[in-house]
Amino acid sequence: IMCASAKYNTRGPALIPRMKTKHRIYYITLFSIVLLGLIATGMFQFWPHSIESSSDWTVEKRSVHGVPVVKLPADSPIPERGDLSCRMHTCFDVYRCGFNPKNKIKVYIYSLKKYVDEYGTSVSNTISREYNELLTAISDSEFYTDDVNRACLFVPSIDVLNQNVLRIKETAQALAQLSRWDRGTNHLLFNMLPGGPPDYNTALDVPRDRALLAGGGFSTWTYRQGYDVSIPVYSPLSAEVDLPERGPGPRRYFILSSQMALHPEYQSELEALQAENGESVLILDKCTNLSDGVPAVRKRCYKNQVFDYPQVLQESMFCVVLRGARLGQAVLSDVLQAGCVPVIIADSYILPFSEVLDWKRASVVIPEEKMPEMYSILQSIPQRQIEEMQRQARWFWEAYFRSMKAIALATLQIINDRIYPYAAISYEEWNDPPAVKWSSVSNPLFLPLIPPQSQGFTAIVLTYDRVESLFRVITEVSKVPSLSKLLVVWNNQNKNPPEDSLWPKIRVPLKVVRTAENKLSNRFFPYDEIETEAVLAIDDDIIMLTSDELQFGYEVWREFPDRLVGYPGRLHLWDHEMNKWKYESEWTNEVSMVLTGAAFYHKYFNYLYTYKMPGDIKNWVDAHMNCEDIAMNFLVANVTGKSVIKVTPRKKFKCPECTAIDGLSLDQTHMVERSECINKFASVFGTMPLKVVEHRADPVLYKDDFPEKLKSFPNIGSL
Amino acid sequence: RKAEARRNWPHWVDRSLLKNFADPEELQRDGDPSLLSPRERRAAWLSIYKNSRCRMETCFDFSRCEKNGFKVFTYPRERDQPISESYGKILTSIERSRYHTPNPEEACLFILSIDTLDRDHLSGQYVRNVDEKIRGFPLWNGGRNHLIFNLYSGTWPNYTEDLGFDIGQAILAKASFDTESFRPGFDISIPLFSKDHPQRGGERGWLYQDSVPPKKKYLLVFKGKRYLTGIGSGTRNALHHIHNGKDIISLTTCKHGKDWQKHKDTRCDKDNVDYEKFDYQELLRNSTFCIVPRGRRLGSFRFLEALQAACIPVLLSDGWELPFAEAIDWGKAAVVGSEKLLLQIPSTIRCIHPERVLAFQQQTQFLWDAYFSSVDKIVHTTLEIIKDRLSPHRSRSRFLWNTLPGGLLVLPEFSTHLGDFPFYYLQHGSSPSKKFTALIRVVSQAGSLSQSILRLIQAVSGSQYCAQILVLWSCEKPPPPRGKWPQTTVPLTIIQGRRKLSDRFFPYTAIQTDAALSLDEHTSLSTSEVDFAFVVWRSFPERIVGFPTLSHFWDPEQGRWGYTSQWTNELSIVLTTAAFYHRYYHSLFTEYLPAGLRELVDSLAACEDILMNVLVAAVTKLPPIKVTQRKQHKDTVPQQVKGTAGAAGSRRFSQRQDCLNQLVDWFGYMPLVSSQMRLDPVLFKDQVSVLRKKYPRLER
Repeated sequence: IMCASAKYNTRGPALIPRMKTKHRIYYITLFSIVLLGLIATGMFQFWPHSIESSSDWTVEKRSVHGVPVVKLPADSPIPERGDLSCRMHTCFDVYRCGFNPKNKIKVYIYSLKKYVDEYGTSVSNTISREYNELLTAISDSEFYTDDVNRACLFVPSIDVLNQNVLRIKETAQALAQLSRWDRGTNHLLFNMLPGGPPDYNTALDVPRDRALLAGGGFSTWTYRQGYDVSIPVYSPLSAEVDLPERGPGPRRYFILSSQMALHPEYQSELEALQAENGESVLILDKCTNLSDGVPAVRKRCYKNQVFDYPQVLQESMFCVVLRGARLGQAVLSDVLQAGCVPVIIADSYILPFSEVLDWKRASVVIPEEKMPEMYSILQSIPQRQIEEMQRQARWFWEAYFRSMKAIALATLQIINDRIYPYAAISYEEWNDPPAVKWSSVSNPLFLPLIPPQSQGFTAIVLTYDRVESLFRVITEVSKVPSLSKLLVVWNNQNKNPPEDSLWPKIRVPLKVVRTAENKLSNRFFPYDEIETEAVLAIDDDIIMLTSDELQFGYEVWREFPDRLVGYPGRLHLWDHEMNKWKYESEWTNEVSMVLTGAAFYHKYFNYLYTYKMPGDIKNWVDAHMNCEDIAMNFLVANVTGKSVIKVTPRKKFKCPECTAIDGLSLDQTHMVERSECINKFASVFGTMPLKVVEHRADPVLYKDDFPEKLKSFPNIGSL
Repeated sequence: RKAEARRNWPHWVDRSLLKNFADPEELQRDGDPSLLSPRERRAAWLSIYKNSRCRMETCFDFSRCEKNGFKVFTYPRERDQPISESYGKILTSIERSRYHTPNPEEACLFILSIDTLDRDHLSGQYVRNVDEKIRGFPLWNGGRNHLIFNLYSGTWPNYTEDLGFDIGQAILAKASFDTESFRPGFDISIPLFSKDHPQRGGERGWLYQDSVPPKKKYLLVFKGKRYLTGIGSGTRNALHHIHNGKDIISLTTCKHGKDWQKHKDTRCDKDNVDYEKFDYQELLRNSTFCIVPRGRRLGSFRFLEALQAACIPVLLSDGWELPFAEAIDWGKAAVVGSEKLLLQIPSTIRCIHPERVLAFQQQTQFLWDAYFSSVDKIVHTTLEIIKDRLSPHRSRSRFLWNTLPGGLLVLPEFSTHLGDFPFYYLQHGSSPSKKFTALIRVVSQAGSLSQSILRLIQAVSGSQYCAQILVLWSCEKPPPPRGKWPQTTVPLTIIQGRRKLSDRFFPYTAIQTDAALSLDEHTSLSTSEVDFAFVVWRSFPERIVGFPTLSHFWDPEQGRWGYTSQWTNELSIVLTTAAFYHRYYHSLFTEYLPAGLRELVDSLAACEDILMNVLVAAVTKLPPIKVTQRKQHKDTVPQQVKGTAGAAGSRRFSQRQDCLNQLVDWFGYMPLVSSQMRLDPVLFKDQVSVLRKKYPRLER
């Protein structure tokens, strides 16, 4: 099967070879480009001077006026009117889209023609600037196909963005004669200004049979949910005016109205609001006496004061977007660009891309009837939320409103999501601004589950050659009631593990896994042999933990299955002198890491460590033979946003042959190296994910004046 | 290369000369020349957009909800009119709800007492002459502001959406809703549930562990009827094709209906035999994905069954308006397939990444538990969706509906800002505020201030994290004058209580910090205890963090729940005489719980803190957190900790047991969760110099 997403490999790392291939392709491409460049420059010297730029090589020089003319006979067929009951499963032919390993629909664009009626009079303007931009964007996107037979979606080049500039019947005839029209099946039309006077329909009046409509002013009665796509009315000011993003916060006006030619009834409602609330409400209208040459669209006036439009929108917290003749208004785009929170007053209006965008996070919708209450409604919104809405509004503009390209790609993505729902873009990807995506954490183990005690845990002992100590650890750990299996990872390739008969006899299965290379990351491989959720990573020299302590650690892990629960705690500190992070193993009042020489954690984190560790951390750890535990602490904290849990009092982790943990930690160079690890990892993660806490977990009755024999975990903290 | 480029959309040489799609000024001046004014237009809509074109703005009278808020009236049940078990549960849910009103005058929403669940006229539960009956109701008003529940519509052979009576302007909450007849933003699609569906509480989901990759025996299963003819047979007749006998098990039987043998084909006999070899429950438990195809109708019981079993539903039911889709993002919990592409399903789901599978599984459990596991939840989800439409600016965003703990437990009246709730700090990228408000309840009748409260005020105000102290004065005698109160560095405010026990959890506007520290006048705490507990709470802002604890247990002899304050190795309740928690829980306690529960608490001694613990555990599914407490001198041990001492103590004790059992009855299950740990400072009682310890005083 070909899958778009990578599959887990249960044995052996899969990422590295793939990266290599990717690099190889990258280098080959880079090399080819350089080579081509050299040849091109060389050739340019000898080429005739009529050629002006290299772009002419790949794209033909063609004029819009030079496109073929198609004459439509008066009696050529007209499609049926749009079918209001159309849904994807009734009017759309999914078989055309097929099973597609990339989960991407293929979109075909008809070539541009000029349509004229019998008398040679043109049916419409051939193509507008915006529609050309939209088709260019589709053509440049990965949705595009030039093969009409492979296409899933067809986009006519007939421009119907603005119904006012086209002849309805003839445009419909032009659609009907498209080569693959087939009652409009799988055809997509883009329209931003529907309807015409006097009653302005809320959807394009051109008969279009089953074609999907990406429309800019749908009402709830014309919008076919799950079939049509509601799109914005593009504001050409988006391209013309550069409004730098303004930080969220209080602004000069509370409510601003900037639309011209509002209905007098709305106008008087707004004026009443202004009369009541004074200067925090600003109602602008068109300017009556501008000097020649000043474009009316770039100015607004209040009495004699002149304001620049759309800049003035940045001066207000909320900006009113009222319906006009149509429900969709270009001013919405300007308002979002200014980071002003739109107050949408247009009953029955389907907001742009409402199928995927959560407008409650970026706007306030107020029923027309409630206009008089607008001020108090807006005042009830917490300040912090307004600031988030301001950011959100700006983000919607940047991602989905700012250009015809953004509008086209969002529309196609929505249709794509319907056809491949299992590969659909998530709510978070559609809605979270980059800053939120960056700062927020979505824990992969988000469900509050306390795993059943009966499952127990798997202990994994990484060992090299300290057999005697290893056997003592095995014997000690096997006394823990909830141990369900013991896995020894034999990391020594030069020496065979002891014979079966020599191993301690224990009550649970004991498995030995031999590794191909002596790598620290072998400790964190998601071995198939691990059948429990809980893993106890334990070094082959940790013999000082009592059975009570280990069992208690497991119980604590069950209460916090998404955290690292461990024994020796460590801390990271900011070294103000050196201006970098420092590793601390002293007796501190705080912890931010636990050593994985003895720690419980979820098996899932083994997957993450092996397959999802960012950057080169994994290789770096293996190369330095150090800091795998710090890397694990970073990984878990980063993905869950939570702190570690240190359990039970501090112990002297001392034994005659020990080199790990405290033994090693005392070593000065070791400390320096550990500090380096923290700095290295923080830079790879792009942040410091570790969380500092001041608590540790003890049994409820720890050190309480109470008979020891009645305590669940009496043997805690003995040295 | 050149040829390829030619076929792309051309870069017209004159593209910069192209005209805009609309004149910029025309775009900005979209004046309305229509003959009707906006007000007239809205009035005209009322007569155009009704019945099948109903929307809230045309068919619902918002003004009914303005004065008294969202109140729901249920028509009185008529004795001669039997109702089905399921409809009885729906009515009970509403009657128990905080929105219920017995007074139609103040109602915003009306629910009929006529059972409209089964509208298949061949069914025994079909009620005849509904039209006639409702026409006789003076409150019916063309169905305006009415909510009608339905599980089955239409009948053999076409199973249409027909209900057999005219619902007029009423909102329809219906199972198996078809997108075509669904009135968006008006109707509500509900899940099909059986008559055995529990009234409240409800079973938990079956996912006990998160494993990656999913360690299930089967990838995809189906076991059900194969329709040989009639509506729905298109899909049901094809399901056997994907059976591979290994990890995909798709079993069908022809045995259904009286005359199945008449339509029987060559497969039937063998299929019928294979069908019996597998147990449906066993398949549910052991599969990662479950096919949920349409039956005769679009929805089926197996949808909820799969959801509960954490068997990710693979929906094959074209045109089904999914349950509560206005609120729930099903793309996070189910694979929405297309009936036409059945044969692609196996390869499609094999391509779903194990991490996504894990997320899907967890989401099924969250949704099951939040919105579906009982009739109460289904009914309340329906009501809350309607309530959200009434004031869009005070409603839940899609994020809130689809994130733990779910929309029902989030009150938009409290706030619509994520950072104001205890649940979303991580997703929101924020953290709880760095200060707390102490709330001390005083009930003693002494009239003057006791030594213990003076000590307590000193200790609390000494905390660097304390923003203010509120004293909730719940005595008959007026509080002492200002001058008698100790001087504190933080503001001290006295609130006059109504002398009810539930007062202590009232959402006082004065509490502006995220954290509240709830205290009694007899509580004895030191500043370091307060400091440490607050620092711990900031790591667990959704839980109760405090000092004295209780532990609940099931008493098999008496067949009831008990609790103990004796020394135990476990805890599940933190007494609110000394506890930190998020101030949002005051709002939940006062506004989410029905008035009846608060009355219960007011009538029993020492029940309010149990209710608070039960509530928080029901929301979080997690135990509270105990932090270490200094050894108490005998004479300062508060009464509550001693528990059973004396006659008054024993009355308290037995009332508490009653309280616990009544709360469990109301919630429908035991929400409390036990913990075996206590949080201590990192160096607590470690053998290291006290000079190195941040909280040395806790060790005395």
